[in-house]
Formats: sequence, C-alpha cells, structure tokens
Amino acid sequence: MSRGNQSWLMGAWLMLTSLLSSSAWADTQLNLTKGVTAVSREVYDLHMLALYICTAIGVVVFGAMFWSMVFHRKSKGAKAADFHESTKVEILWTAIPIVILIAMAVPATSTLIDMENNDNSEVTIQVTGSQWKWHYKYFDQNIEYYSVLSTPREEYENQNGTFEGNGAAKNENYLLEVDRHLVIPANKKVRFLITSDDVIHAWWVPAFAVKQDANPGFINEAWAIVDEPGIYRGQCAELCGKDHGFMPIVVEVKSVADYEIWLSEQHALTAKAADAEKASLTASMSKEELMQLGESTYMAHCAACHQPTGLGLPPTFPALKGSPVATQGSIADHIDIVQNGKGMMPPFGKQLTLQQVAALVTYERNAWGNDTGDLVQSADVKAASGE
Amino acid sequence: MTTETINESLDDAHNDDHHDHKMTGIKRWLYTTNHKDIGTLYLWFSFIMLLTGGAMAMVIRAELFQPGLQLVEPDFFNQLTTVHGLIMVFGAIMPAFTGFANWMIPMMIGAPDMALPRMNNWSFWILPFAFAILLSSFFMESGAPNFGWTFYAPLSTTYSNGSTAFFVFAVHIMGISSIMGAINIVVTIMNLRAPGMTYMKMPLFVWTFFITAYLLIAVMPVLAGVVTMLLTDTYFGTSFFDAAGGGDPVMFQHIFWFFGHPEVYIMILPAFGIVSTIIPAFSRKKLFGYSSMVYATSSIALLSFIVWAHHMFTTGMPLFGELFFMYCTMLIAVPTGVKVFNWVATMWRGSMTFETPMLFSIAFVILFTIGGFSGLMLALTPVDFQYHDTYFVVAHFHYVLVTGSLFSIYAGAYYWLPKWTGHMYSESLGKWHFWCSLISVNLLFFPMHFLGLAGMPRRIPDYALQFADFNKWVSIGGFAFGISQLIFLAVVIKCIKGGEKAPAKPWDGAEGLEWTVASPAPYHTFSTPPKVD
Repeated sequence: MSRGNQSWLMGAWLMLTSLLSSSAWADTQLNLTKGVTAVSREVYDLHMLALYICTAIGVVVFGAMFWSMVFHRKSKGAKAADFHESTKVEILWTAIPIVILIAMAVPATSTLIDMENNDNSEVTIQVTGSQWKWHYKYFDQNIEYYSVLSTPREEYENQNGTFEGNGAAKNENYLLEVDRHLVIPANKKVRFLITSDDVIHAWWVPAFAVKQDANPGFINEAWAIVDEPGIYRGQCAELCGKDHGFMPIVVEVKSVADYEIWLSEQHALTAKAADAEKASLTASMSKEELMQLGESTYMAHCAACHQPTGLGLPPTFPALKGSPVATQGSIADHIDIVQNGKGMMPPFGKQLTLQQVAALVTYERNAWGNDTGDLVQSADVKAASGE
Repeated sequence: MTTETINESLDDAHNDDHHDHKMTGIKRWLYTTNHKDIGTLYLWFSFIMLLTGGAMAMVIRAELFQPGLQLVEPDFFNQLTTVHGLIMVFGAIMPAFTGFANWMIPMMIGAPDMALPRMNNWSFWILPFAFAILLSSFFMESGAPNFGWTFYAPLSTTYSNGSTAFFVFAVHIMGISSIMGAINIVVTIMNLRAPGMTYMKMPLFVWTFFITAYLLIAVMPVLAGVVTMLLTDTYFGTSFFDAAGGGDPVMFQHIFWFFGHPEVYIMILPAFGIVSTIIPAFSRKKLFGYSSMVYATSSIALLSFIVWAHHMFTTGMPLFGELFFMYCTMLIAVPTGVKVFNWVATMWRGSMTFETPMLFSIAFVILFTIGGFSGLMLALTPVDFQYHDTYFVVAHFHYVLVTGSLFSIYAGAYYWLPKWTGHMYSESLGKWHFWCSLISVNLLFFPMHFLGLAGMPRRIPDYALQFADFNKWVSIGGFAFGISQLIFLAVVIKCIKGGEKAPAKPWDGAEGLEWTVASPAPYHTFSTPPKVD
C-alpha cells in the first residue's frame, strides 16, 4: 500500500472515530416518544404496529427479491422461465393487502375519534402564535402572557465558539427553552384553542401527541390529560418565516395543588404589575436607566428583525439607525408604531409595559448614533396611547 | 383529426427537412422541431437544474452540519429550501421525464416524431426563461422566494418578502410548458401509433406517460389558478386567503394540494414505466402482469384526486374529513403493492444480469418501497399528527423522489444511452456511480427518519443538541451523494465522445421498436410506420 493511500485511510479512520465518539450516542433518540398521555401512548402503539407490519412485508418482498437475485442469475446458469401472468396470484396479492390495511384502519379510527373529542374540558387555554413567539391566555383567570425563546443570541450565533460535539458553548436545552413556561395541571383535561395573529404556525408538543395548525382568523382545538408532572418541550412545526426555528414551546405540568398555588401567584403578580404601572406614570427615569431598560427590551423583542445593530434586514425589515421614524418623526408616532404595529410589524402594546415602551422608544431614538436626545417617560406613552 | 391527416402533415414537414437538412450550431437547437433534439435539450436542462438545486442542498446541509448558525442567515436558509424544492420538482424531475417522453415515445410506438413538433420546441424553450426568472430573484433586493415550495398563504402573500410576483410568473411559465408537453404526449400516443399497435399492446412505458400526461392536463391549470389567486391577494387587494376579508388560508392548502397530490404521481408514474421496461430486459423474462400494471397505474392516477387533504391533517379538519382522506390514502397502497409484487414476480425465476440500468432499477424497487412504507405510516391520521412537518416527512418524500424518481431516471439514461449516443457507456464508471450513490443516499436520507421521530421539525436552520449526531451523518451523506453525481456527468460526456460502438440492440433481453433502428438512432426514424402484430 502506498503512502498516499495510508494517509488517506488514516484520515478516514480519524473522521470515523471522531464521529462515533462525538457526544453521548446513548442519549440519541431513535424512535417516536411514548409521551405522557393516554392518547400519546395509543399513537405510539399505532406507530409501532404500522412499523412492524411494514417491516414484515419488507422482509417477505425484499427476501423474495434477494432470493431471485442470488439464485436466478444468468452467471449461475439460470434459464428464464416463461410465465408472465396469473389472475389467481394477482387477486391474492390485491386481497391480502386490503385485509392488512383494514387491520391498521380499525385502531387508527378509534384513536382518531378519541383525539377529536374535545368535550368536557376542565381548563381552557387560548394559544396564539405570532412571528415568532407564543401567547397563552387562561380562560376565566385573567392570566395571559407571551412565551419567548430564552436561548441567548450569543449561543446560536456561535459568539462563544462553535459546537464541538461535547455541547460546549451551548446549554443543555439550547433552542428549546423559553422565558415563561405554559403551566397546566396534571390529570385534568386541558383544552387548547389554537390560533394565530399573522401567518400559519403549528403548536406541537410531542409528549402529548398534540400538533395543531394555528390559522390566522380561525380557531383549532386540541386537548391533553397529562398524568405526570414535568417539563415537556416542543417547537413550532409550520414554516412561519425567518425565525421559524426559534419559537419553541415549553409546557410545565404541575400537580393540581401546585397549579393552584401558581395561579394565585400569577394573580398577585398581575396585581403588582398593575400597581407598578400606575407608579411608573408619576416616576421619572434618568436617561441611563431608560437606555439600560430600553436596550434589554430591544434585544428581547426587536432585535430579531431590526437586528442588534439597528441596521435591520432591508427591504423586509427596515433599519432604525437613522430612520425617519426614530430621528425626525414625532415621539407620539414612534410610540404608536411600537404599540400598534405597522404593515408586517406586529403590535407590541399588549406585551410591553408602559415603562418598557418608554425606555424602548428612548433607546431607539438615542442608540446607534441616532442621538436625538429625546427622553420618553411612561406618562408620555400613556398620553400618546390615550389619544 | 384522423391519423392519416396528421401523418400526412408530418410527412410534409419532413420532406422540407430532407431538403435542407438540420441546421448547424446553436440554431439547430433553437429552431429544432425534432423530438430527439428536444429530448436531448430537456435531459441536459434537467441535469443542469439537478446540479443547481443540488448545490443549494449542499449549502443547506453545510449549515445543518452543526448546531448554531454558521454559514447563512435564517431568511436566506428559507430561500434555499424553497428554491431547492421548486427546482428539483419543476426543473429536474419533471423536465427529465419529458425528455424521456420526447426521445422514446415516438420510437416506441413507431411514429416519425411527436405530433405537434413546433409546440414541442416552444414548450422546451420557455422553460429556461421560467427558471431564469426564478433564480434571478436571488440577486434582487428582496431575495428569492422564502415561503417554502408549498408557498402557504399568508406567508407568501401579506408576509412575503416581495418575491411573490417573480415566483408566480415563473410558475405560470413552467405550467404552460408542462401543459403543452402533456398535450403533445397525449396527441402523439392517440394518433401516431404504428398500425396494429392497440392500446393494450403499447409498451408499459408509453402507458405510464399517457396517464401522467392526463394528470398534468388536469392539475396544472389548478396550480395556475392558485398562484394567480396568490398574486391578486398580494398585489391587487383580494382576500381569497385572508380571513380579515372573508377568505380562508386553509382554502389555499386545499387548492394547492388538489394540484400537489396528483403532482406527486406525475413524478413517479413515469418512473414505474422506466423500471417496468428495464427489469424484464435484464431478467430476460416478460413483464409479469402487464394488464394488471396498466390497471394499477390507472387506479393510482384516479385515487390521486381524492387523497389531497392527507397533507393537511393538522389544519383542523372535521373528523369525517380526516377519516375519509385516511381511508382513501391507505387504499393507494393496494395498486402500488401490486406493482411492486409484479416487479418481483418478473425477476423471479428469470435469468438475471446486473448492468448499471438493472442495478438502479433494483435499488429503485427496494428504496421506493421503503418510501412507500413511510407513506403508509403517514397515512394513519393519528400518527401523522406526530410525523407531520418533521424530518420523517423529509425522509419519506426524498426516498420516493430521489431513490424513486431520480434513480429511475438514471436507470433509463444508462439503458438508452447506447441508443442515444451510439456508444456503450463505461460499465465500470456506471457501477461506481451506482454504488457511491446507493451508499451515500442512504446515509443521507435514512437517519432523517430517526431525526423526525425524535422530534426535529423540517425547514429549520438550527436545531436542539439531541439532533446533532444524526445531522452530522446526514450532511456527510449529502456531500458524498452530491459529489457522486459528477461521476454520471463524466459517464455521459465520455459516452458521447466515444467508446465501444453500440449495436442496434445492445441488451439481449430488451424488447421494443426502439431497438429495431440503428444506434445511434438516425435523426429521422419510422418515416414509414412499422407493422406491429
């Protein structure tokens, strides 16, 4: 063997070993999840049934093929037979598949009827997709909030270095973590009413076997009764634009008692936030405070489209740096766009506090060399949106 | 029009040709009305498109090699997946089959040319413009279409990046080209068959293209309709797909998939025809169950019109709709199964040899069947809720389109290359191409099943860490498969330039009129129709 060949082989071997040893193969999931609901287990069983049937058919059909490839080859002196028709055989291999299909259709039908029975739910939550986050609203509870990807931008932009096979520079739940979980009680029938504010999204939690499209202007239903408390992760499953890959779903299932505690905590928080909102109307923040809060708000809600640099991604997402809205236009118009949206831009009024809007507008009018010197306070926002 | 009148008018056209021979240089290709020239143009065009769409796939796989955003922005990633899909469907697979139809149908039915030769020229030559329009959008400020090859509204209307108009016009031109090509195939088969060749004596290859052409004529106008609605929704203030104006975004999907599902069969029925020609040739045994093959192909085509909503189980259909579409979809497994069983029965007790066309055909039967299995699993609505829009689906349709359609195209190309060029291709290079493709394509697509089952959604530029291992393998398989296709280019160029002279019938088990003419096939064949008994 020549030297060239040897080094080539060495390279291939190194590559192979590095691939095989990379991270924990033991953690690699090969099959569908069984999930944590009765329905998801039925779905899993159906999947396995279909898989076994297909494997069995494959063994028979491919077996016959390989048999004839080995034994009926010309090089072994095989002479071609003369048959090329048989009505009996044709009828047989039309009938047998029909029987097999019926055997699969029966359990599939009963599972499907189960899945589509949305009656008698005990908790109802409206799930609204928008580019690129989820909004959850608890019926009869006055609790609603957005749930946004919490993996820091530095991680997916590889600012701390690239992925090296051992998970370096990426945390464990990379791209599957959000700032606020959807919280639901265990052992209760929870109904999800799924819709969208803009394009079509799909709300998918594999452990519940729930995947429903979120169609703008229409409401879809799905439900789950989860037996075990825990944290379950999913993702948007329908292409919804640029950050389709960056709008995960995290559902935290709590025992009924813990869920009740969580509800009262949320009510207290809502009340506290309302008080803070009221207080902020009379408070006056310094430029430094405004810029600091403005920057963090901007990075969380605006940077995906308008970019951390304020340069945007024209022509779809315009630049804010030096833009007429952020430098020459009136503050009231600027506040209006942030709160109510414009064209493709979604409204942010519902998800940001008055203080956040004030800080954000201040930030956008002073960052990246916009330097208008404008300071906006909560009261200004309140005044602008009151009109 | 009767057969005679068409034959006469063709004879007239041909008499002219005999006087001034074919033109030389570029003009020969621009002005040609010869079915063989046009077939060649289609085949080269589709191969160029395959490499173009393949290059995009390479960038996609490079980006997905590791978690994190390495090479491209998410928006550009979406442009790549979108245009990759459009190019492979409309630019690579469909024109390749039209190329086969042009080259082979007249020679298989003993006709002097396609029935409508000038339209034939036009239906090819508008294609490069369609793809030039589509690809040019990459160089524009707005960028290329980024809403997926399925262009669901309202992502492609209200929320599009401004590429919708270019996309719509490109699709219109592709559609016109396909419709004209299909009409030509239907008219040719109905009118120009050699005396004595009844429908049930036509080669199965001709049957599959006949049925496919009807499917095209039926659904291409639907595609034209839906893209026009998209255009008016985006630019002229209509609200077909906008709930705020009384429309419904899900209606888009119904119309699209009413085109889209027959389209799937448009891309696989001709493959059935090619494989049904090659397997008997190298088994040295007649095709088993010819008439059941014809009926099975027709049933698949008819069923394809009543299964479209199985692409839409998660859109919130009523239970009755879900059950109806599940049952109909499962039913397709029956005629498809019949075809596979017939191929196996053809090989059974044959006298087989394994030249490159046969290798690709056998791989087709096995791997297409694997794609069929995952298709059957996807038909089960409750489980489809888990599979839908994951890599399981990506694996499924790449098994049927790449190891299905594309492999059949390779099989057919190797099978008829001696007839087209007059030279034998290099069998050893052909085998290299086959084995490299076979190994790499499975490394590329098989692990995608696992990725999908483990929960990886499709069309994402970055993914969670548990998907990292398989994605690395998939990408390596992708690069290897991409490079392997260059071997085919080498085979073809080498074969055109020279090589062992091919006899009129290089395969001893081959049957059909195309083998009764010399290799390479003369510029004009069957000016007088042969007699078939």
